[in-house]
Amino acid sequence: MLDTLMLSRIQFAANISFHILFPTITIAMCWFLVFFKVRFDMTGNPVWMRAYRFWVKIFALSFALGVVSGITMSFQFGTNWPGFMEKVGNIAGPLLGYEVLTAFFLEATFLGIMLFGIKRVPPKVHTLACIVVAIGTTLSAFWILSLNSWMQTPTGFEMRDGIAYPTDWFAVIFNPSFPYRLAHMLLASGLTASFMIIGVSCYRLLKGDDKQAPKLTLKVAVIVAAILSPLQAFVGDLHGLNTLEHQPQKIAAMEGVWQTEKGAPLLLFAIPDEENRTNHFEIGIPNMASFILTHELDGEIKGLDQFKGEHPPVKPVFFGFRIMVGLGLLMIAISWFATYTLKKRGQLPTWLMRILVGLTFSGWLATLAGWYVTEIGRQPYLVSGVLKVSDAATQIAPANVGFSLALYLTTYAILLVAYLHTVFLMARRAVEIEEFDMSEKPIKQLPSKGDNAYV
Amino acid sequence: MFDQATLAIIFVSLMGLATLMYAVLDGYDLGVGILLPLDDETSADTMIASIGPFWDANETWLVLAIGLLLIAFPTAHSIVFQALYIPCTFMLIGLIMRGVAFDFRAKAIVAHKRKWDTVFKSGSLLASLAQGYMLGLYVMGFSNTLEAHGFALLSAIGVSAAYTFIGSAWLVMKTEGDLQQKAIAHCKSTVVITFIGILLVSLVNLLISPEIYQKWFDFPYALILIPIPIICASFFVLCWFVLKRLAKQPNIGAALPFFFALLIFTLSFFGLAFSFFPEIVPGKLTIWQAVAAPEALNFMLWGALIVVPTILAYTAFSYRVFWGKVDELRYY
Repeated sequence: MLDTLMLSRIQFAANISFHILFPTITIAMCWFLVFFKVRFDMTGNPVWMRAYRFWVKIFALSFALGVVSGITMSFQFGTNWPGFMEKVGNIAGPLLGYEVLTAFFLEATFLGIMLFGIKRVPPKVHTLACIVVAIGTTLSAFWILSLNSWMQTPTGFEMRDGIAYPTDWFAVIFNPSFPYRLAHMLLASGLTASFMIIGVSCYRLLKGDDKQAPKLTLKVAVIVAAILSPLQAFVGDLHGLNTLEHQPQKIAAMEGVWQTEKGAPLLLFAIPDEENRTNHFEIGIPNMASFILTHELDGEIKGLDQFKGEHPPVKPVFFGFRIMVGLGLLMIAISWFATYTLKKRGQLPTWLMRILVGLTFSGWLATLAGWYVTEIGRQPYLVSGVLKVSDAATQIAPANVGFSLALYLTTYAILLVAYLHTVFLMARRAVEIEEFDMSEKPIKQLPSKGDNAYV
Repeated sequence: MFDQATLAIIFVSLMGLATLMYAVLDGYDLGVGILLPLDDETSADTMIASIGPFWDANETWLVLAIGLLLIAFPTAHSIVFQALYIPCTFMLIGLIMRGVAFDFRAKAIVAHKRKWDTVFKSGSLLASLAQGYMLGLYVMGFSNTLEAHGFALLSAIGVSAAYTFIGSAWLVMKTEGDLQQKAIAHCKSTVVITFIGILLVSLVNLLISPEIYQKWFDFPYALILIPIPIICASFFVLCWFVLKRLAKQPNIGAALPFFFALLIFTLSFFGLAFSFFPEIVPGKLTIWQAVAAPEALNFMLWGALIVVPTILAYTAFSYRVFWGKVDELRYY
């Protein structure tokens, strides 16, 4: 029988996993939309407007899913993890508060104008509304990652009677892992949005769409992905070095290093064995992990033996890290190849487009894998060295948590299916119907009123 | 820098403002959701279009209100939401249902649109009922008795009726023709139920708590306080007459019922808040016992003082952009 702690953990993991999918899309997609809209304003070329109009619908849908799951998340801090707010609420509270005050209202209010106000405000004000929404989504990432990073590498506080009090807000917000984590997450969002735009654009082209908009969005997103993917590898490496400095136990789990060793190999594959504290079926490149992490071939890497009882479960961290890195390398290879082919031939071969459709949500997988590495990697702590997960959990009856968990899981499963279905449905529909043309003014026939004025 | 006692007052006021904003703003869009007809697609589309640009920002006030409770009064938050765990889950599921249905209905294939409308309507109703139930349990001090749950059930119906009242008043203001006439009829019936609901909650409040009774009827405060329910009641009566006239002349003063609803919500909210002040968990914790550390709250406060007025300003801007009858969207 699962207890309240375990059920709460599953519920929080389910909620955050579902929630993170949508901000990961919307943060960067909003900047894509700003780009499309600004290009339209500058050139007057209606293709940019069509690109905007197609993607703004997917943006709106993703945004709505992010909002509703985010509200659920905000309630769970209090309902399921009261100890979290009691012990570190003086720090977590204001960071969350600033997110609501500076980001949520901004994005939510101007989203109304962005989605429905295109004919009610001058074009420049509308473009400005898009930019404000993009700033809002990015600010929201700023605050939430600041809090998350603080939980990983807490600074700028003192403990009095078991409760954390802030002493230096600058040090709290700009804690040691924050710049790396923020850059890593923003790039992850950029790649997720790019691969989604690439995938859906290819899907339209494969379905026989001969319009300009999908070709244009494909080209833009492929180039963005080709720029961001190597950048992500670089930032990821810096992030790793930062983690080595502040959370060596996480690195040890990621690399599967059970005993402290010099000249540790880079394990391409292995099956970590928690019981016997060793790996099976190791395939590795000698000395490579030491080289990457310490920039010396025989540099020392602390092993899990130094953190007995204080280190995370190894398997999920180890595999999660490999999935993330593997997908990252695939993204670099495929985006470079696609950019090269596009430059040379002006279009992509069918087989490549099929692969790209398959990779539509590769950003989601990489982000989730990376998120598990960093979150599970912090276990058994909720706030590194300050608060253990087990000390923060609620006392409510397990039956209640089980009940809410079942409700959430069902809801999320239905919504995920509906979302994926709808995205491809909208793509198929865009193949058939001629898209709206902004160049004819004034526009007489909007579709039915409820069909959202931005269709 | 403020001391802890002052900060408690400031933050409970900010929380009150956020809660009231939420009740009014999300109140009307939840109400519109409850009224959504399932057999009349044109009306449903117009009704959805009337709340389209606003619902998201409206709901953010809930996040702020709960966020402020969490930040400024963490112990109270933890007591309240552990006690309200199940109704709170229902509320969240309701909010999820309506938030996504709103977007899916516009994008789904035509055959599925009705289904998403059903989801939207039931989500709105579920969220409203859950909120009312939570309010009821709060008023009863979270006691786990049959009477408490019975009262919470009444409160669930009362709050849903109040949201439907302000929602239909919103539609009276934003729509024309048949839909407006229907909205007037809905507004007329819900204004009566809301009146009875508020009356019941007030009476129960006075009956179960001698302290609250004393607060309201103690001389000389009574002289200032007693007019509040009297003024509130007279707004109900005025609203009723305005609605009767609007049925015949729908063009003059169509915004009045919404305006009255706003005043009624505000007065009722102040009544309730006054009854409980300074307690944040009725009978258990005062705001001074529950308040968080001044280091945290002072840091939060400077932001709030700058940002909240900005939020109010751009919210006003957004309402100005979408001012007027919702049908006008067609002409653009």
